[in-house]
Amino acid sequence: MAESAEEIRKHVRVYILVFAALAVLTVVTVGVSYLKIESVAATVLIALFIASIKGGLVAGYFMHLVSEKQIIFWVLALTVVFFAALMLLPSVTEFSGVGELEGQV
Amino acid sequence: MSVEEIPHTVEPHPITGVYNGKFGIWLFLASEVMLFGALFSTLVLLRVGAPSWPQGSELLNVPLATLNTFVLIASSVTMVMSWASLKMDNFGRFKLYLGLTVLLAFVFLVIKYFEYTHKFHLGIFPSTSTFYATYFTMTGLHGLHVVGGIIVNLYLLFPGSKLWHTAPEQFANRIECAGLYWHFVDLVWIFLFPILYLL
Amino acid sequence: MAEHAHGDHGHHELPFWQKYVFSTDHKVIGIQYAVTALFFLLFGFCLMMMMRWQLAYPGQPMPWIGTLFSAVNMPEGIMVPEFYNQLGAMHGTIMVFLGVVPLAVGGFGNYVLPLQIGAPDMAFPKLNMASYWVFYVGGVIMLASFFVPEGAAQSGWTSYPPLAVIAPTGQTWWLWGMVALITSSLLGSVNFIVTTVQMRAEGLSFFRLPFFVWAQFVTAFLLLLAFPPLEAAGVMQLMDRIAGTSFFMPSGLVVTGQALDVSGGGSPLLWQHLFWFLAHPEVYVLILPAMGIVGEIVANNTRRPLWGYRTLVYSIVFLGFMSFIVWAHHMFMTGMGTTISTFFQATTMIISIPSVIILTAFALSLHGGSIRFTVPMLFCLAFIPMFAIGGLTGLPLGLTASDLHLHDTYYVIGHFHYVVAPGTIFALFAGIYYWFPKATGRMMNDALGKLHFWTSLIFMNGVFMPMMFVGMAGVSRRLYDQTQYAYGAQVQGLTAMSSWSAWLLGLAQIFFIVNFFWSMRKGKKVESDNPWQATTLEWATPTPPPHGNFKDTPRVCRGPYEYSVPGASSDFIPQHASDNGQVDQPESEPAPTPADDD
Repeated sequence: MAESAEEIRKHVRVYILVFAALAVLTVVTVGVSYLKIESVAATVLIALFIASIKGGLVAGYFMHLVSEKQIIFWVLALTVVFFAALMLLPSVTEFSGVGELEGQV
Repeated sequence: MSVEEIPHTVEPHPITGVYNGKFGIWLFLASEVMLFGALFSTLVLLRVGAPSWPQGSELLNVPLATLNTFVLIASSVTMVMSWASLKMDNFGRFKLYLGLTVLLAFVFLVIKYFEYTHKFHLGIFPSTSTFYATYFTMTGLHGLHVVGGIIVNLYLLFPGSKLWHTAPEQFANRIECAGLYWHFVDLVWIFLFPILYLL
Repeated sequence: MAEHAHGDHGHHELPFWQKYVFSTDHKVIGIQYAVTALFFLLFGFCLMMMMRWQLAYPGQPMPWIGTLFSAVNMPEGIMVPEFYNQLGAMHGTIMVFLGVVPLAVGGFGNYVLPLQIGAPDMAFPKLNMASYWVFYVGGVIMLASFFVPEGAAQSGWTSYPPLAVIAPTGQTWWLWGMVALITSSLLGSVNFIVTTVQMRAEGLSFFRLPFFVWAQFVTAFLLLLAFPPLEAAGVMQLMDRIAGTSFFMPSGLVVTGQALDVSGGGSPLLWQHLFWFLAHPEVYVLILPAMGIVGEIVANNTRRPLWGYRTLVYSIVFLGFMSFIVWAHHMFMTGMGTTISTFFQATTMIISIPSVIILTAFALSLHGGSIRFTVPMLFCLAFIPMFAIGGLTGLPLGLTASDLHLHDTYYVIGHFHYVVAPGTIFALFAGIYYWFPKATGRMMNDALGKLHFWTSLIFMNGVFMPMMFVGMAGVSRRLYDQTQYAYGAQVQGLTAMSSWSAWLLGLAQIFFIVNFFWSMRKGKKVESDNPWQATTLEWATPTPPPHGNFKDTPRVCRGPYEYSVPGASSDFIPQHASDNGQVDQPESEPAPTPADDD
């Protein structure tokens, strides 16, 4: 808590850098989408990869996760596990053959 | 009972190292992750299950959304700057930056409004197709979060800022928590933008 | 209520509406939650007692009560199927989301948890107040939905689409109500977690926490992370109903010969997945706090430490964790395919292990204890076998092969009611009898309590045991009139027996209601702040605890259940007793004589 004004000034420099990086990455995301890459998987992966870097920058620097206390990480780790379970949901439903059922109707 | 009697409202807990508010807001964000996670999960499921799915960039306005991305990122920066200004004891600059944050949030909503009304003029509604259903629901829910952020920030900008003169540390903490929420709203948009508009 | 006894603690008096209505005191909020939840439990129970008439005597006019309703719902006293469906859907919703959870978490959690960890209040008192009032609004919306055109929600408490999407307006109200209730429990759970982590008294390490606190802590995580997906699903169903989207509506749906005018392409199964992603953890939200209450009372009344405290804690944490990955065992009949079914069947079998460990530990705690058969203890003693029946009857439902036959029959109803009614609700009754003296300064009447216990125990089994057989005979759970089918007509006698037991169970609750209100004013006054001679911190406060709880912030020196310690001067050592085992506490023991209040 007791961060000196000097440290805060250093932070501010980092914030500006992060802002620049986010702006550049946004341009890159849009640019890549105009390239019309053939493979759908590659397109999705690239887009998500860039989005993850941007998200990481926001969480890491704006939300101070890089220097956050352990307990916050425990909460986030738990959330990640259950988030992963939630993301299993489409695959679980896919196996159940929604597609085929709809085809029959 | 006054709030001061509750331990760790301002000073961090000796073991966890965080004050109550910060821990609370992170827990809240964890639940928000699950909320938007369910929507992302839905989008993936419906898209994979659909016989055909339109390319977002052909139906939605990418330049406007790109502009909105910049607006939201900029508002995140001004938000964190307002907190840093408080930490540097510069109340005037804090007000400037937080005011800018609110202003940018309004800009975001206005752009969003033009996007929506343009669609409505073309006769496109959430009921048009499952693609538009996900588009309107996800951006709509995100928009509601922006509105929530504006309300919180406006409170902290005007009536809530009196706390600075009596309990500066606690006020800076509140700004930090509001900031955490605001950055999360930004973060959600960072994922929404490519997934809805570009893929 | 019953808190007018602390004018002498130096707090300036708050106006009535701040002290009892919009209070930020966790104890007042806890009591508000508990009273509201008890009202809803009674209301939900009344809905069910009406349904039981239709089930026992299908198509016959209901005596007396039938005449009170409009001709739309009960022409000439005969319940129409639509009204029956409303009662069924709202019974489930009200009991789960407005009755049991608010009482177990909002009521007991709010009242007891801060006391047990030695905190002056919850971490965010205003948020706590907001949580109650948002819950209240949700409850009002649910009640009001009975009066909209075509009545309340009628698609079951699970609200499966496509039926729920094309149902009348009441369903929209149900969804708005749910959004309010989810928001409320979200606010509550953040508060519980922060309070438990940040505000424990000095010396109260995690492994010195009473089992009840652990149970509430795990429950709060379930509420925090499992509810948002249902909120998302609720928003999508609202969109389906209001904006005409098709999240849950498949293409080419035909209703009464007419093709529905929707864009289609949605997945009804998606709702089931999102719903059960919440609702299975929700089952544990219903049961974990009950286990916590039972743990406290068993230790106190056997005068022994809980058997395997650490094992219990690890089990309950594991239980909470596993509850997130068993949801699809509610959906074996949707044709998920064997791979997925096998996975969820395996996780379901795994999750039964910690439940069995917890029950076994409770049973072993009884062994060798000198049991005090107080009313709360009686309810806990009944909880153990009743919950065991509920748990064991769940196994055939968790195995795909036997689930095929039993799915969606009365067997399922019998199974989960054994878990929740004679299980959780008995534990909640136990909690009320146990903590009533702390909240009011008066004991509840023992004779009425015992009458309430024995009649409830008998009639609970009378209600739910026949359902097992009715279900095995094949009667479907939402059937309006089972006598229309030969296999149903065969077991109609058992259904009538359930109904009669339910009405008698309703009468048995009069003992409780009378006892509750009578004891509040006329019950025997407690002689000390610790009438049960318990070890945990809530008994170290004045009775009833004033705003701010403790006179001096307690320091904890030992674990939660130091009963019958060899060589100690008495058979219990409070958690805050100093290291030499002295029981009498010089600074906090002399009870301030509470100002007379009647």
